[in-house]
Amino acid sequence: MANVLTAAPHSEEDVLIEQMGYDDHFHEHHDGDKFQSNFITTYIFSQDHKMIAKQFLITGMFWGVIGGLMSLVFRLQLGFPEESMAWLKPVLGKWIEINAETGMGALSPDFYYALVTMHGTILVFFVLTAGLSGTFSNLLIPLQLGARDMASPLLNMMSYWFFFLAGLIMFISLFLNTGPFSGGWTAYPPLSALPQASTGSGAGMTLWLISLVFFVVSVLLGGINYITTVLNLRTKGMNMWRMPLTIWAFFVTAILGLLSFPVLASAFFLVMCDRGLGTSFFLNEIFIGGQALDHVGGSPVLYQHLFWFLGHPEVYIIILPAMGIVSEVLAVHSRKPVFGYKAMVFSILAIGFLSFIVWAHHMFMSGVNPFISNFFVVFTLIIAVPSAVKVFNWIATLFGGNIRFTAASLFGIGFVSMFISGGLTGIFLGNSAIDIQMHDTYFVVAHFHIVMGVAAFFGMFAGVYHWFPKMYGRFMNETLGKLHFWGTMVGAYLIFWPMHYIGMAGVPRRYYRFDTFQSFSQFDDMNKFITIAAIVTFGFQLILIINFFYSIWYGKKVTEKNPWGATTLEWTTEVDPGHGNWAGKLPVVHRWAYDYAKDGQEFISQITPLKEGESETH
Amino acid sequence: MSTLENTVYSRNKIHPQKFALLVSCASVVMLFAALTSAYVVRQAAGNWLEFPMPVLFLYSTITLIASSFTLHFSYKGFLAGNVKSYKYLLLLTFLLGILFIYLQYKGWMALVALGVELGTNPSGSFLYVLSGLHAAHILGGLAAVFVAILHAFILPYEVSAKRKLRFEMTQIYWHFVDVLWIYLIVFLWLQQQS
Repeated sequence: MANVLTAAPHSEEDVLIEQMGYDDHFHEHHDGDKFQSNFITTYIFSQDHKMIAKQFLITGMFWGVIGGLMSLVFRLQLGFPEESMAWLKPVLGKWIEINAETGMGALSPDFYYALVTMHGTILVFFVLTAGLSGTFSNLLIPLQLGARDMASPLLNMMSYWFFFLAGLIMFISLFLNTGPFSGGWTAYPPLSALPQASTGSGAGMTLWLISLVFFVVSVLLGGINYITTVLNLRTKGMNMWRMPLTIWAFFVTAILGLLSFPVLASAFFLVMCDRGLGTSFFLNEIFIGGQALDHVGGSPVLYQHLFWFLGHPEVYIIILPAMGIVSEVLAVHSRKPVFGYKAMVFSILAIGFLSFIVWAHHMFMSGVNPFISNFFVVFTLIIAVPSAVKVFNWIATLFGGNIRFTAASLFGIGFVSMFISGGLTGIFLGNSAIDIQMHDTYFVVAHFHIVMGVAAFFGMFAGVYHWFPKMYGRFMNETLGKLHFWGTMVGAYLIFWPMHYIGMAGVPRRYYRFDTFQSFSQFDDMNKFITIAAIVTFGFQLILIINFFYSIWYGKKVTEKNPWGATTLEWTTEVDPGHGNWAGKLPVVHRWAYDYAKDGQEFISQITPLKEGESETH
Repeated sequence: MSTLENTVYSRNKIHPQKFALLVSCASVVMLFAALTSAYVVRQAAGNWLEFPMPVLFLYSTITLIASSFTLHFSYKGFLAGNVKSYKYLLLLTFLLGILFIYLQYKGWMALVALGVELGTNPSGSFLYVLSGLHAAHILGGLAAVFVAILHAFILPYEVSAKRKLRFEMTQIYWHFVDVLWIYLIVFLWLQQQS
């Protein structure tokens, strides 16, 4: 062994990497060991994937709090329309209208719509796309594949900063005199395409569009990197069938994003032309303020096609990373190989493919041909098959396992519960006939919040608790973590379960108040209940935030490299991996990622060579 | 160490940056696929003004195809050590690219002279949007060719792996936007026939 070692080996895994590892001469390069970074290049304009992951996570958390608080404000309006909101005046200013006679403060209807719109935009794009996929793709793709960094660290850094810029512009739009955009997160024309259509359609929509164009750039830069890294920078021995399911999920997510976000960009481009250049792509003959506009012959349904061609893959861009994280976390914490690994991979691929041919199920009631709807119904219901395969496999992974009920695994199990509950209502909504009653009601709100909102958050939480030791070299507090889990698990069902009943009775979503319709007054108490549940559940999220930031500086230190006893490569690095991730050679992979409870051993790391006569098949 | 030899080590068959470029081309394809399918959907909905396509677009297409050839032979010259054809064909590629943009501009002006303005009818709006977005991608390509010209005229001539990669990537992108325009012009022409 005439190799130059940078540190004396002190564990079995170090010895393995030293003896069998792959020497890529990384440390002889000028960007290897001699790499220097100062405060700015370490913490701000960092090109290190681990730091970029943390930046995505913390920015995502910031937006999560903002978006969550917004939902509380409009829930207060929905639950307690008779109560005075004057106490919010110091924060919301002119958006709280005080009645001069009674002194009652009411949320302005314009701002109610702005809040709903911003809540959707922020949560879907900034928190669950950037905050989830951005964080864990960045953290795990190089670490779990045995790469020094992403294929292009520069593009990776730019991906974060475009996201930051998108967030900054959206944040500024919150403070406009006319308020942020208020036409719904889907930004359907004419509300989005006519600057004079509503108060938020002017400057608010302009900033919304610019912000989201930057966001699309961020997603594309990130996605190009993720795909290239997965296909080109796997370490020796890491063939595709040895990749952990996390990587498969991030990989397919990146492909979905790369193929669907440009379509959104094209729709936005056409909206911009309609807004500023007098074209009529989406604007039909319109009277506004008693005046006929010049626009002629546009098709608002065309926008919906373009939007949902992104919009549907987008929900899988959100849920697939969570699925990958949960598969990994459940396998590690039940000390069992993931059940049906190849079936899991093929399910991910099938879901990814199907996600592109179901978009019109968002438009059953938009006036698309009912005959064409039939195809979309069939494809939509077929998605239930790979989804059910995955659910079955998660349960089979847990079954008979030696489950460690950590905060991470609890959130993983909670994810499965949420995905089942929310997925079942998807089968209702996927039927175009049932959708006549259900569309645009609280049933839809309940469905997508559970299946892609709460479930994706659970996946994200599972990932945060599980990989926090890798990110910060410390543990998060388990007791607080479990408290957070139970509060969120119970709270989320208390919020969204009653919404199903309200929705089945036909109560429409996006309404400011329901007192015009006597038939809906029977749900007043339920609305109060939902609002209270939402406030309490949001309160439980503060536990996570406190736990997270407390643990960064004061958490229990990680003393061993592999605290969870996991097989994957990220746990063969130093506790606090430096630039280039592995101090010496790159690890070489000899087996798949799920050798748990094999041949009487609790777990066998991927870098352990097969023993004499041992078969790799599983 | 027998297991090591059994494992095929398939890293970096293609340079990661080159691969990333191909992946980004895929996303550009989706951008234009979305716009051309929107074109088809919108056309089927009626209220669609027909107009003849200016012949200038034919000339611009020929120009762009010619520029791909000059770039290709510049690359051949670069590999073969024919420095003169390397440098001047590269320069010619750049000039042809500029000429393409100019011809597109003249084409748009010819359309305006016909009375087909940006906001007149979606049929014209789509043509402006498609050719305009494409021209923006050509400008990006021109920037890449310009950098290649700087390399050719300032750096000492050598066929290093790095220089080769840079040139190949410029070439991939330029041919890509060329083929993209051929797709668009054939698409527009076919749509007008139908």
